[in-house]
Amino acid sequence: MSVVSKRPAWWRGRTVVIGIPFAWLLVFFLAPFLIVADYSVSEMGAVRPENIYSVSDGVVKLALKYANYVTIVADPEHLYLRAYVSSLKFAAVTTALCLLIGYPFAYFMARARASLQPALLMLVMLPFWTSFLLRVYAWKGLLEDGGWVAQLLLALHVDGLLAATGLISAPGKFMYTPFSLVIGMTYTYLPFMILPLYANLSKLDLRLLEAAADLGATPWQAFWRITVPLSKAGIIAGAMLVFIPSIGEFVTPELLGGPQTLMIGQVLWSEFASSNDWPMASTVAVVLILLIVVPLAIFNKYQAEAQEKRT
Amino acid sequence: MAASKDAAFLRIEDVVKDFGGGSVAVNHVSVDIAKGEIFALLGSSGCGKTTLLRMLAGFETPTSGRIVLDGMDLAGLPPYARPLNMMFQSYALFPHLTVWDNIAFGLRRDKLPREQVAERVEAMLRLVQLGKFAKRKPHQLSGGQQQRVALARSLAKKPQLLLLDEPLGALDKKLREETQIELVNIIEEVGVTCVMVTHDQEEAMTMASRIAVMSEGRFLQVGAPGEIYETPATRFVADFIGNVNLMEGSLTEDEPDHVLIRCADCTHYVGHGITGTEGMPVTVALRPEKIQLSREAPGGEFNRARGKVKNLAYFGSFTVFHVALQSGAMLKVNQNNSERHRDDELTWGDEVWAHWSPTAHVVLTQ
Repeated sequence: MSVVSKRPAWWRGRTVVIGIPFAWLLVFFLAPFLIVADYSVSEMGAVRPENIYSVSDGVVKLALKYANYVTIVADPEHLYLRAYVSSLKFAAVTTALCLLIGYPFAYFMARARASLQPALLMLVMLPFWTSFLLRVYAWKGLLEDGGWVAQLLLALHVDGLLAATGLISAPGKFMYTPFSLVIGMTYTYLPFMILPLYANLSKLDLRLLEAAADLGATPWQAFWRITVPLSKAGIIAGAMLVFIPSIGEFVTPELLGGPQTLMIGQVLWSEFASSNDWPMASTVAVVLILLIVVPLAIFNKYQAEAQEKRT
Repeated sequence: MAASKDAAFLRIEDVVKDFGGGSVAVNHVSVDIAKGEIFALLGSSGCGKTTLLRMLAGFETPTSGRIVLDGMDLAGLPPYARPLNMMFQSYALFPHLTVWDNIAFGLRRDKLPREQVAERVEAMLRLVQLGKFAKRKPHQLSGGQQQRVALARSLAKKPQLLLLDEPLGALDKKLREETQIELVNIIEEVGVTCVMVTHDQEEAMTMASRIAVMSEGRFLQVGAPGEIYETPATRFVADFIGNVNLMEGSLTEDEPDHVLIRCADCTHYVGHGITGTEGMPVTVALRPEKIQLSREAPGGEFNRARGKVKNLAYFGSFTVFHVALQSGAMLKVNQNNSERHRDDELTWGDEVWAHWSPTAHVVLTQ
């Protein structure tokens, strides 16, 4: 007779190991989210459970107010919609730039001498040793009038071009513009793109590239036909890790952005803190989450289907 | 392109590959390979056979020497510009592409029109009998099927030269034996000249028309499988190919029709055309299957040795006896199990005589 069989089935080391983080997420993520969702369908003022549902004659009645959701769409100045769109836009641009810079970086890192790779990996992680806030602040100093990067850009005469494309408000003024915001966000999230790409690319079987070359593919063709498709998982993981946090970004647009770069995170914050309109703020938050979750869910479904087709 | 005047289709001329640091992977290797030949580079790992193959494919550059294919010096040609294809060890199939797209990969790089690509891929699928697997991904295939996809992919562009890197190394024994013959049939049907690398002597013997035995970057012997097995040039080759009993001795009598070689346990009477000087040290190589065992002493005084069965290993079709000779040397003897049961079956501890014919030996001086 074994000792293990005496224990109840659910009481296993495995249950505990999985259970603790799940309980954590349940208490500190799902519950608050439900509270926020609850707020978003209530009216301004004291939010109490009895405002939302009532029990009469043994029947539970829910009193949901969708006015806030209507406001988001119907607001005459389109404040919320514009903030959402600009959040999506800046997150997309940031993701694209991170991919553009991060892919070659990760590629050459994965191809570097094995002895050199830990050092390169360390360089990617190094920024994390300094406070994120401090690093974003530092860009202020670099991009402000007389800052090193600002001087460099002036010396390169690219400010005219940037002004013409609307990325900066006027030649020579780099701060508080879409340009400074994108630079700050790209800088912040670049490591999140590089790390999954590096993990993926360093596993690439180099014999596949030799096979491609043997079959007549030039190095450039082999890169596009073999390396890129096989690193798709890394590209997607990196893009998700950059895109999702950038959409709700608050600190960088607040510090480096300007009047043209209102992002949804800032709207959220001002609803909570300045306007003190918690239901509205909650609505904005719920929509933001939907904005992220819906594409993620679609992507997951697509992945699962692709997986199924394979087996 | 002008065909070379002699039979050499692929000419490897004094090729050296020095990776530096004192290791010369390929050391002054030369060989001519005729059109339609299946040429095997055989050796243990690290002997330089793979490096030589990679130089043919263009993945490594020779330190010196020339590689000429059908009159064209391949020096300076990158892998993607060489008119040859390789079947890689463990195949290197593109995991994200279907069987069809894997085979079409090389044809598409040549910018062939769509219909021609399709036609050629279909022909290849028929050749390797994988038609109904065209839409599958490599990981959905068995090892043997993957091997055939790899073969189809490397033959699709009608290469002038096919390189095979351990073509059957990833298959299990049974499948390997079946595939060896099938692979040779396909290669011969296509009529492509072939250089293969293997560490498996059976594979080399079954498939190749000629074998080069390599060790430490050099060719020790080049010849047909039978030649290498029956007349190895050196102790190393004799020992490397198949099983062999090696006996040290010295030449004691040199007559026109025979020589006598005195060893610790016996005197060899060698009746085929060799000659030497009396007293010269030689090694006699005797294959285990060329020795007979008997309980009674055979006639004559030469080519026999007395011993005791120390060990026997039953292989089904034959049994390997390890016979301890008087000097303590161990003699390996293969006996065919041509009958199912024998009353006088030899077993552990039996006193036996081993004997062999005057033409069984190979006498080696190096």
